[in-house]
Amino acid sequence: MSTATESDPRTEAGTPLVELSDVSKYYGNVKALEGVSLEVHAGEISCVLGDNGAGKSTLIKIIAGLHQHDAGSFTIEGEEARLSSPREALDRGIATVYQDLAVVPLMPVWRNFFLGSEPTKGFGPFKHLDARAMRETTRSELLRMGIDLRDVDQPIGTLSGGERQCVAIARAVYFGAKVLVLDEPTAALGVKQSGVVLKYVAAARDAGLGVVLITHNPHHAYLVGDRFVLLKRGTMAGSHLKSEIALEELTRQMAGGSELEQLSHELERAQGPEHLGGHPMH
Amino acid sequence: MSTAAPPAEPQPTEPTEGPDERLVHRSLARRLMGRPELGAVVGAIAVFLFFSFAADTFLQADSLSTVLYASSTIGIMAVPVALLMIGGEFDLSAGVMVVSSALISSMFSYQMTANTWVGVGVSLLVTLAIGVFNGFLLTRTKLPSFIITLGTFFMLTGLNLGFTKLISGTVSTKSIADMEGFESARVLFASHLTIGGVDIQVTILWWIALIALATWILLRTRVGNWIFAVGGNADAARAVGVPVTKTKIGLYMGVAFAAWISGQHLLFSYDAIQSGDGVGNEFLYIIAAAVGGCLMTGGYGSAIGAAVGAFIFGMTSKGIVYAQWNPDWYKFFLGAMLLLATLLNAWVRKRAEASK
Repeated sequence: MSTATESDPRTEAGTPLVELSDVSKYYGNVKALEGVSLEVHAGEISCVLGDNGAGKSTLIKIIAGLHQHDAGSFTIEGEEARLSSPREALDRGIATVYQDLAVVPLMPVWRNFFLGSEPTKGFGPFKHLDARAMRETTRSELLRMGIDLRDVDQPIGTLSGGERQCVAIARAVYFGAKVLVLDEPTAALGVKQSGVVLKYVAAARDAGLGVVLITHNPHHAYLVGDRFVLLKRGTMAGSHLKSEIALEELTRQMAGGSELEQLSHELERAQGPEHLGGHPMH
Repeated sequence: MSTAAPPAEPQPTEPTEGPDERLVHRSLARRLMGRPELGAVVGAIAVFLFFSFAADTFLQADSLSTVLYASSTIGIMAVPVALLMIGGEFDLSAGVMVVSSALISSMFSYQMTANTWVGVGVSLLVTLAIGVFNGFLLTRTKLPSFIITLGTFFMLTGLNLGFTKLISGTVSTKSIADMEGFESARVLFASHLTIGGVDIQVTILWWIALIALATWILLRTRVGNWIFAVGGNADAARAVGVPVTKTKIGLYMGVAFAAWISGQHLLFSYDAIQSGDGVGNEFLYIIAAAVGGCLMTGGYGSAIGAAVGAFIFGMTSKGIVYAQWNPDWYKFFLGAMLLLATLLNAWVRKRAEASK
């Protein structure tokens, strides 16, 4: 099934930043994930597609350090890894942006940007936030990502959902993430907003990061993705490079593939009913 | 906070030159409206003007110093309570904790016939431990702080009475006025200086110091950033590596520290303590913080606002006396002020956010 093999010229360019091969995860006797493989390379976007309950969140949690895999191998830059906490994942350069957990709405943008890693100056009891540098850095880093904020002092909650997502991405990039894991970044956004977020995802890729984009929207995935892994009920239903698959095929597989065809046949056969309820046609 | 996207608003895609040109429309008034203290400051000015006209003696230096003293006794507690509320939690035990702290200090010195400073030191340790207990239970059980501190409130009320009766046989402690170290401790906690012919109680200095310290912590340190974050969205804070548990326990220790200062003031200004006192004061602190712009849901507020809130109540409690009215109306005023200020704050915040 897997077509992204070692013989592929693109993978020979270097060791993947993150590689999962044949990874499984069980919750008691429930198979949450079985035999899933995924490669993340610097400057590429690997998309993980799947319906609700396909195992996307389990996959993220393994990469983000919230859960450990039970079988298979998980390597970071060629080294076998088993992450015990999100902090450890961060220390190894893996930043995860969750859609609902990204920011503290009432805090100004610049305070959010540096939250948890605030730079200070001064010594001892006079150690204090370098607020001026924080404001300036926030402004310039966001500008670099193409976000022009009116005022970095405004509460981040006053930004649109897309802008908030972008600030979270810019923050991860600034703090030296090598791998960026994005959990459904466009799920709650409108068409235009999604476009904006996808542009920043591409900007992160161009900055040399490896990106894992989790989504259930094949159209969004195909716009920016280099590799596509399809999950279905915890197993891998397909793994493709962009050159090998067209959007229609990706959408078809995503939508259920052969199941959808069968449904379409059934619907055709069911067409032209004799009557629809209580008013028989003559 | 909803994550649903507002209908696609035009996105700034290219960095425009002159990046601040859109800021011109935000006038000074608009920016002031974004401050959490605004409602309290407007209220304070109104109350000040009101009593200036209603009470002839209100504007005299002596009266103002009395007003400031009354404000400081609420304000010393209102400041750390405000920080705690910004961190998203309540402390209903704060009022009786003040009395507990005074009782421990007094009874330890008296029973051990020790220097009063020893009692003061023991009291500090025990009071801080009560704060840690509150914070630890809260972060461990994940129960609402309302329940946890309501529990400690009743437990402390019972312990205050029970122990005092057990040890001294009455509901108040024995006087420690003749004990060693009393006079020097009194200088620190309950003295007054005369500056330019005006009496300044030392609590006013403690109050100002606490306001300055709390404001410094909130706005200029990493811990301050964490306080806003744990109150605004604890999960997001944890996800980016903020020590949520330590921050919350630290906030409860801050309240305990201020309760210790307040308690020592109580002890050294009267030399004996009524064990049933303090009940109900926790609401004064919460009201002062809320009037000062702290959100009940956490994540927003200021220490200066809480201080102004305390000042409003200082002015009112004394202003009613100077105007020679029946002081029974004071409590009604407290409630009405809380409702008005909270409404005003909500309205101001809505306007401020809409203007952006």
